Amino acid sequence: MPNKKIWYFIFTMPLFLIFCIVVLVPFLIGIYYSFVNWDGISSNPKVFVGFDNYTALLQDKRFLASAWNTIKFTLFALFSVNLLGLVFALIVTSGFKTSNLVRTLLFMPNLIGGLILGYIWRFIFTDGFKQIGEITGGDSIFFNWLIDPNFALIALVVVFTWQMAGYTMVIYIAGIQGISEEVMEAAKVDGANIWHRMTKIVFPLLMPSFTICLFLTLSGAFKIYDVNLSLTNGGPIHHTELFAMNVFNEIFGYGNYGLGQAKAILFFVIIALVTITQVVITKRREVQM
Amino acid sequence: MNNAKNGIISLLIVMISLLFLSPIYIMIVNSFKTRAELYENVLSLPGSFSFEYYTAAIKKMNFFVALGNSLYVTTATVIFVIVLASMMAWMLVRRDNVWSKIIFFLFVATMLIPFQTLMMPLMQVMDWIRTYLHLPMLNTHGGLIFMNIGFHAGIAVFLYHGFIKSIPVALEEAAVLDGCNTFGVFWRIIFPLLKSISVTVAILDVIASWNDYLLPSLVLSEKGLRTIQLSTFYFFGEFTIVWNQAMAGLTLTIVPIIIFYSIAQKYIIKGIAAGAVK
Repeated sequence: MPNKKIWYFIFTMPLFLIFCIVVLVPFLIGIYYSFVNWDGISSNPKVFVGFDNYTALLQDKRFLASAWNTIKFTLFALFSVNLLGLVFALIVTSGFKTSNLVRTLLFMPNLIGGLILGYIWRFIFTDGFKQIGEITGGDSIFFNWLIDPNFALIALVVVFTWQMAGYTMVIYIAGIQGISEEVMEAAKVDGANIWHRMTKIVFPLLMPSFTICLFLTLSGAFKIYDVNLSLTNGGPIHHTELFAMNVFNEIFGYGNYGLGQAKAILFFVIIALVTITQVVITKRREVQM
Repeated sequence: MNNAKNGIISLLIVMISLLFLSPIYIMIVNSFKTRAELYENVLSLPGSFSFEYYTAAIKKMNFFVALGNSLYVTTATVIFVIVLASMMAWMLVRRDNVWSKIIFFLFVATMLIPFQTLMMPLMQVMDWIRTYLHLPMLNTHGGLIFMNIGFHAGIAVFLYHGFIKSIPVALEEAAVLDGCNTFGVFWRIIFPLLKSISVTVAILDVIASWNDYLLPSLVLSEKGLRTIQLSTFYFFGEFTIVWNQAMAGLTLTIVPIIIFYSIAQKYIIKGIAAGAVK
């Protein structure tokens, strides 16, 4: 019936067209761009160079350093975000009178955009920390963190954790509330202490939540840009320039469109591989009741 | 656990969560302090409450124009995404043919692509559309909204798809027998049933669109078009940072978020959990 086809077309075509123009076509053209040498000026020629951009980026010391920093950042962030999110979730689900209020407060930072969060914390890490150091005398810990390469990276982890802990908390809460009361009661009656109830019942049954939270923090941390821009802008020098910022600077900062796009494609491949591997591994550990 | 103990711990955990939010406290108190006060003690309450740094920040950031721009872009994006994604998802579920499978796969698979991989070629495509089709895709709110729709389409179609699968077809068949056309069936019967998932999609889109910095920074170059995120960025870039004024500016940018959160708090937390778990 032709009528049916027309309706199908009317309902699906508008969004599919937009999606093609905004996502699909740029993705495919992007692969082509990664094989050319081009400075971004449309009248200048795009010279096909094969895999040269990909071999060049492997010798780009600043790029490799930024990749290594991103890995360090992601590992720290993965740990701190999920630990804090889980602790928050356990507190909120323990049946205290103020649980709802606490959940509301702890989730709030997640709604504020990364750019703005970064600026708030920039003040805290520069002037705030310096003052606390002067007042308490603990200036080996409390000094301007953003001028030290290692501490600046930790500062990024702190801000990212502040932003994301509430988010993972919400997901862990949903997971914990899905565990039946009866199972927990039965374990209590059988004499399992709180440690056993946690490690033998709660954590295994929370595996689906771990899958989701690890995926979200992993991809979020790998792709971080806004906080990086407003908190450190890559500094001191280039020590906290993470992956996404390096790609942006290569393309729009230095005008190396081909090389930058090759980095961007590699960026996608790494994110896809890492997140898919993680989901497969954690999915395998999920248990059924 | 007895009542008194519960009460004490309840109070304690509220205090811990307030401590967790101390950066917001620091931001607010310092937005009222004079320079001297600010450099004396970051943590203390301000000696007097004057709004002079707020008026200065509003002027420098062109705050109300930026607020209007952000509201416009976000609202339009959310409305288009809800209408187009729900329509598409319904068709994909109800006509489960090869095309539907391919489209759905493409939408879900491309969700993994980071924005940085698409940004440069995307700007090229938009430039071609402007040059050859004479459509103003760059440096307009319309262009930004168009691109927002494309980027939010994947998750929205995915969420609607999962939800619509659980709605029985029998409802629609009855409406068709009553003489409803496809358009009528969707808008009168199906769309009202999608309310809860539409709220989830709307909330995720509002947050993503409101807080987005990178895409608007590439699309919009004219000063008068800047969104809140852009005007904040240029506020910090153009002047040497005067922290009390900067804190006033940042506090202003957070006010709309706090209002949104206090109105829709229940839906936001539910929506976030639903959006992530699916």
